[in-house]
Amino acid sequence: MKRRLFISRLLGIVLGLLGPLSGRLRGSPAGNAATPKRFGMGIQIDKCIGCGRCVDACKEENAVPQEPFYFRTWIERYSVKADGDTIVQNIDERITPPREVEVDRDVLRSFFVPKLCNQCENPPCVQVCPVGATFATPEGIVLVDDKRCIGCRYCIQACPYGARYLHPVKKTADKCTFCYHRVTKGMLPACVEVCPTQARVFGDLSSTASPLTRFRRMNKTAVLKPHLNTEPRVYYSDLDGEVR
Amino acid sequence: MANGLRGLPDSFLRVLVVFLVLIVAVIVIGGALPTEFKDHSRHVQATIAREAALPIRFAGSTECGTCHDEARLKQIGYHRNLSCETCHGAAKAHTENPVEVKPAAPRKRESCATCHHFDPSRPTGFAQINPVMHFPRQACISCHDPHQAQPPSVPEECSACHAEIARTKAVSPHALLECTECHTVPAEHKVAPRITRASIPTERGFCGKCHDKDTATLQPPKIDINTHGEKYLCWQCHYPHMPEVR
Ligand code: HEC
Ligand code: HEC
Ligand code: HEC
Ligand code: HEC
Ligand code: HEC
Ligand code: HEC
Ligand code: HEC
Ligand code: HEC
Repeated sequence: MKRRLFISRLLGIVLGLLGPLSGRLRGSPAGNAATPKRFGMGIQIDKCIGCGRCVDACKEENAVPQEPFYFRTWIERYSVKADGDTIVQNIDERITPPREVEVDRDVLRSFFVPKLCNQCENPPCVQVCPVGATFATPEGIVLVDDKRCIGCRYCIQACPYGARYLHPVKKTADKCTFCYHRVTKGMLPACVEVCPTQARVFGDLSSTASPLTRFRRMNKTAVLKPHLNTEPRVYYSDLDGEVR
Repeated sequence: MANGLRGLPDSFLRVLVVFLVLIVAVIVIGGALPTEFKDHSRHVQATIAREAALPIRFAGSTECGTCHDEARLKQIGYHRNLSCETCHGAAKAHTENPVEVKPAAPRKRESCATCHHFDPSRPTGFAQINPVMHFPRQACISCHDPHQAQPPSVPEECSACHAEIARTKAVSPHALLECTECHTVPAEHKVAPRITRASIPTERGFCGKCHDKDTATLQPPKIDINTHGEKYLCWQCHYPHMPEVR
């Protein structure tokens, strides 16, 4: 009887000591009083002229390495052929030098698709990170903590949209942040800022008076790879079924 | 409590002492560790703070107008929806120190061509030129004001803005037909194309006026408009700018 009493008291003491400790380990939740903004982007494919200003502006604004194959946003040319083949090509001048493009009679239709991180509601990259270095902010923007990232590339593999790359200098994963440092100050992401045809629209999804909400009201939109249930927050209008 | 302890076997007490020492050690070390090590939310907050503090390089389209008249000028031209920094590059540093930091002015032909050279993937109606053919060797800005871009004269050719259709048609059986044979184009269409629309044929009889077997003209190949293709519009099968019969 006494032993039982003792053990229960001991347990009480131990838990009493651990309680505050574990509380400190978990930390207090981020004290964000106002309803946070939920940022998203709309892309109107029929307006994109493939000029690549967004890609250049992104590289400059975010100090993305100039060499090819490192992109936070990029543009793909889709050429759908009569025999069912679809050719997808990153049109960046650093990869495909510009040339006189011939009208190819086998091509049924052809168009440009700007791509970037979809800032998913259920981001697979966050789930696979072994060290918890990638997370979503209250605004729904997925960020990488480059002090914690160990460069294991799991997230790069896990991203169904190919939106991440390994930074060649930092040796950590890097990706689009919707220009976090700009949008939190009420500015537009650099790619949206420079787009000459307003093919990119940016705004707050939780506000009814935002350009993005209007875009979603006026256009039939779709997201990339909806079957994966990642719930992207980049909405495409005029999205062709061939686009993956 | 003390009585309870005394009744316990010696070995258990020793284990208990070790256990207590461990707990104390964890608390002490825990207190000594830098907070960064323990607290995930601190990592999150630190990363957010670091991201938010990154330098801004593009000032934004609203910044330039305070000092430059170009902003007002640009309102009326075709380039009204272009941001200044789309052409001049990132200019935040310039807005902070306008005299010492000067944005580049893209005077070369290539810089206009990034947007305007012909490319079949571009949406129809977007103004395109072939840089090799369009007044080669002269700077674009010697004829077009970049801030108030417009063709010096209203473009004569539909190919200016419908380059791909024009190229397709040029190698098709309809090569010799004028665009205006099939489309009624108000002059305004070339000035404000999205507001004033060109017409598109609406019924089969339109093609029939040249292709029906009953028409007098000899040259174009004939079909019987009453049976051929029946209920479909002709251009549901024959793309009019490249009417193939296979
Ligand atoms: C604070 C006032 C100010 C703002 C804001 C400003 N500029 Fe300027 N800018 C100047 C002045 C002054 C000059 C002329 C300097 C000189 O002639 O020595 C100049 C010159 C320029 C030039 C010509 C450079 C050259 O080589 O002659 C360009 C291009 C330019 N600005 C673009 C911009 C753009 C784009 C923005 C918006 C992002 C902008 N400026 C915002 C004050 C400003
Ligand atoms: C289509 C690309 C384009 C856009 C958009 C554009 N500029 Fe320019 N800008 C140029 C070019 C090209 C020149 C060089 C003109 C010249 O040398 O005659 C230039 C020259 C200038 C100059 C120098 C003036 C001079 O005569 O040397 C200033 C200042 C300037 N731009 C400001 C602006 C501002 C402000 C905006 C936004 C309202 C803007 N530009 C938008 C292409 C552009
Ligand atoms: C970043 C892309 C971009 C660049 C660079 C650019 N333009 Fe444009 N340009 C546009 C857009 C967008 C339009 C508007 C088209 C529309 O409204 O359909 C346009 C329209 C025009 C038009 C009117 C065409 C028409 O519809 O008749 C002319 C002329 C023109 N630009 C000349 C130039 C010249 C000259 C330069 C170089 C100084 C230049 N552009 C650089 C994007 C660009
Ligand atoms: C010698 C003067 C001259 C030069 C140089 C020039 N253009 Fe033009 N441009 C014109 C004229 C004239 C037109 C309208 C007539 C036409 O082509 O039907 C025009 C029309 C255009 C149009 C509207 C589409 C069209 O074909 O009508 C665009 C876009 C354009 N030019 C862009 C450029 C670009 C980009 C450059 C430099 C690579 C350039 N221009 C150089 C005279 C010039
Ligand atoms: C200044 C540039 C420009 C010129 C020159 C031009 N167009 Fe257009 N055209 C456009 C634009 C922009 C559209 C709208 C495309 C859209 O909204 O999908 C268009 C649309 C059209 C359409 C489709 C209308 C519809 O309701 O879908 C036809 C047909 C057409 N143009 C015929 C012509 C013909 C024929 C000519 C020559 C006589 C011509 N255009 C000259 C810019 C131009
Ligand atoms: C033989 C008659 C004919 C000629 C010649 C012709 N068109 Fe058309 N065009 C049509 C018909 C019919 C349609 C409707 C096609 C459809 O809805 O599939 C059309 C549609 C269009 C469209 C809008 C749909 C699209 O395909 O993008 C444009 C723009 C256009 N034509 C421009 C031109 C231009 C520019 C020329 C001259 C280079 C031209 N057309 C010559 C018959 C013609
Ligand atoms: C102004 C008279 C005219 C009109 C209107 C016209 N066509 Fe034609 N069409 C021609 C001529 C001329 C040829 C070429 C004959 C040749 O190749 O020698 C031709 C060729 C064709 C051919 C190719 C036949 C072959 O054997 O290669 C087809 C298909 C065709 N047209 C369909 C159409 C359709 C569909 C329309 C309605 C949108 C149309 N045409 C309107 C005059 C016309
Ligand atoms: C249901 C699809 C369809 C429709 C609709 C259609 N065509 Fe055809 N057309 C064809 C096919 C398939 C051929 C080639 C086989 C044949 O000769 O029947 C052809 C052949 C032709 C030829 C070439 C005949 C020759 O002897 O070389 C002409 C001209 C033509 N069509 C014009 C038209 C016109 C004008 C219309 C509208 C009144 C039209 N077509 C509607 C499918 C269609």
